[in-house]
Amino acid sequence: MTSPLGSFPGGLVLDGQKKRSTHVSIRKTPLSKTLILPLQQHIGEASTPIVEVGDTVLKGQKIARADGHVSVYLHAPSSGTITALDEQPIPHPSGLSAQCITMETDGEDRWIELKETPDFTTLSEHDIRQQIREAGIVGLGGAGFPSFIKLNPGVHHNVETLIINGVECEPYITCDDMIMRERAEGILDGVEIMRYALRVKNCVIVIEDNKPEAISAMELALARRSELNDTQIVVIPTRYPTGSEKQLIQVVTGKQVPSHGLPLDIGIVCHNVGTTYAIGRAIIHGEPLISRIVTVTGTDVKHAGNFETLFGTPMHELLSFCETHREPNEPFILGGPMMGYNLSGDHLPITKTANCILVGVDNAAPKVEPLPCIRCGECATACPVSLLPQQLYWYSRSKELEKTQEYNLFDCIECGCCSYVCPSKIPLVHYFRFAKTETMNQELETQKADNARIRHENRLARQEAEKKEKEERQRQRKLALAATKAAKAKEEAKKVAESSTDNQES
Amino acid sequence: MLPISRLSSPFLSGTSRVTLHMLQLLLALVPAVIALVYFFGPSVLITMTLAVVVALLAEALMLTLRNRPLKPFLTDGSAVVTAVLLAIALPPLAPWWLTVVGVLFAIIFAKHLYGGLGYNPFNPAMVAYALLLISFPLEMTTWLPVTSLSEQPLDFAGAFQAIFNGQLVSGLGFDTISGATPLDSMKTQIGLAQHPSLISSQELFGIFAGKGWEWVNIWLALGGIFLIYRRVISWHIPVAMLVGLASISLITWLIAPEVTGSPLFHLLSGGTMLGAFFIATDPVTAATTIKGRIVFGAGVGLLTYIIRVWGGYPDGIAFAVLIMNMLVPLIDYYTQPKVYGG
Repeated sequence: MTSPLGSFPGGLVLDGQKKRSTHVSIRKTPLSKTLILPLQQHIGEASTPIVEVGDTVLKGQKIARADGHVSVYLHAPSSGTITALDEQPIPHPSGLSAQCITMETDGEDRWIELKETPDFTTLSEHDIRQQIREAGIVGLGGAGFPSFIKLNPGVHHNVETLIINGVECEPYITCDDMIMRERAEGILDGVEIMRYALRVKNCVIVIEDNKPEAISAMELALARRSELNDTQIVVIPTRYPTGSEKQLIQVVTGKQVPSHGLPLDIGIVCHNVGTTYAIGRAIIHGEPLISRIVTVTGTDVKHAGNFETLFGTPMHELLSFCETHREPNEPFILGGPMMGYNLSGDHLPITKTANCILVGVDNAAPKVEPLPCIRCGECATACPVSLLPQQLYWYSRSKELEKTQEYNLFDCIECGCCSYVCPSKIPLVHYFRFAKTETMNQELETQKADNARIRHENRLARQEAEKKEKEERQRQRKLALAATKAAKAKEEAKKVAESSTDNQES
Repeated sequence: MLPISRLSSPFLSGTSRVTLHMLQLLLALVPAVIALVYFFGPSVLITMTLAVVVALLAEALMLTLRNRPLKPFLTDGSAVVTAVLLAIALPPLAPWWLTVVGVLFAIIFAKHLYGGLGYNPFNPAMVAYALLLISFPLEMTTWLPVTSLSEQPLDFAGAFQAIFNGQLVSGLGFDTISGATPLDSMKTQIGLAQHPSLISSQELFGIFAGKGWEWVNIWLALGGIFLIYRRVISWHIPVAMLVGLASISLITWLIAPEVTGSPLFHLLSGGTMLGAFFIATDPVTAATTIKGRIVFGAGVGLLTYIIRVWGGYPDGIAFAVLIMNMLVPLIDYYTQPKVYGG
């Protein structure tokens, strides 16, 4: 893999603000008294609880099983007692509630017995995927897609390159940076396992050039592993949104993932460094995914840093641990400043996809009424997918949803570059999210209407057929009746004739 | 702490602002305006001030009628830019009512009746220019020769008198001091079977094109390059327009040098540079895709030349821009960039 790096159109060079949270090493968040664990912390079907209220559980014990194919297991992050199985508010842009398992911790933090496999080659690829699924591992970069699925290329695909994503292009977030600095060995364990499970030799670990410490830590660790001779560290220029899977693939390989397709279609599998580390822990040490590293940072955070946090830990505990100048109920951001979302309730739990809590940003979007679009086209220049946001905006605003399709609305990755550069300060992405939701709702409605129409037509056809059948039967009956009548009449006539001939004869 | 004001991400915002764009545009016009004053007298400043005042008043009136907030739209700078561009395009001694009619038409009809900033399909300054040219051809083609040519250079007071009272201090008639523009005389004299090279050796002409005009155009081009450097405009439209104009005039000039001026003459005459860098690049009314901008610019260039040489008017920028404005939706639709993975 010495081919020159590719590039993608548009993108932004942003002020990274990474140093705010990288000056101290990863710390552990103190154990919380209560842990709230949503049953759905991943893309796909929610897990199904396998514990009852009142059960005592050990740290790492399964408390919910995967339900359906796109689903994973969930574990108790510490030892304690299950106190509730009910709906609780979850971290979601619209403030949704969902089924959660709540537990009180006993403070002992007692592990369940773990099954270690120091030599993972004794396991089959299938066993590895199964163990990763049972360890509850999902993409920790933010999307939360179950990882075992991405390690199962199936018989139709041949994986040529495994890309480990250590780009972390969004400003402020540093959890991947820190895990590479401090746990490079563990990440490489994960790389070895993934290469084995995917039967792929080529592997690149991609890191942006604004993380020199992470790069040298990873290079040092890699140099010590002769097993990973085919693995390379590729340093790429810092540009947002290179960390987005599709853009990363374009930069590293020059190829594009087909629209509506998967990286696997072009022989590529991408995993985040945090996920890779978790896979190493799960297979070699038998540890399920019960915690993650969360960056707590922002202009209003006193002690910014990265914290290894058990899932279910209420955010306010993390926030007060870091000391913020935040007023109660003042909104903060979950995720990065470009793609994260606003939360106002701080009693929400940390979940598998919570990579960053951001309180206060520099260069915040101003509180002004947006001016009309002057079609300057800066958004189109900034778009990494080569969309025309100015046209999409026009049609989203006027709800001409079919037109938005013609302009490829669903290829929008919602990276926010267009909104960032807009001189009229139009929240473009907001409009696109709206248009996407509207379109999906409409499609659902049409589908429902179609189903109803088909049902109705079937019913009419059935009725028609029944009616015809009935008429046919009636006709047959009439015919039969007529036939018997005719036969009878004939008989009569015959009899009469016979009798008359008889008479004549007589 | 700074407020997190947006409902949804991104929560960061760049420094680009509409008002900043407009201010830089005005800044880029300064050298050319100085050149205009130097060659044609101070009257352009009077016309410009009048145009800006009327434009702001008309803008305020229309915003009030349309129930729109005054402050954000009066300060966005777009009305000022329209007024200044029109003022530069008007003849130096244009009577005050010509300016007023033009500006009112630009702001009220060409801009606000279509929905105001961002919604007008046609360039307001060019709509007004076309209206004035069709309605008042005499006033619109009465240009002053450069001051060094005229025996009676106009000072401020003289220009003021001329614009508002329609008379010259010296008591001379307009005819005495005004004359045809280089583009105009090129056209009429070619019509009289004069050879272009002979025409351009006349007193009205400078090194490359009309005396004075060439320098105004050069300063406008430099202002335009500043705008490209500052990323207020992209290079596609001006380059495509200039290349379009230069190539068609080069071809015709090589084939039939007796019917047209040189490519350089066309590049540095009339409104070429104003059109290329300041008019055709108006984002609201131009094509927005990269390919579309090239098509749009080239179209303006070609049409300008066609109208100049074979049309009924000496300059064709305004009509060329308006015709291409009409085609923008079509151009934009067929020049969509290829989407990632598509």
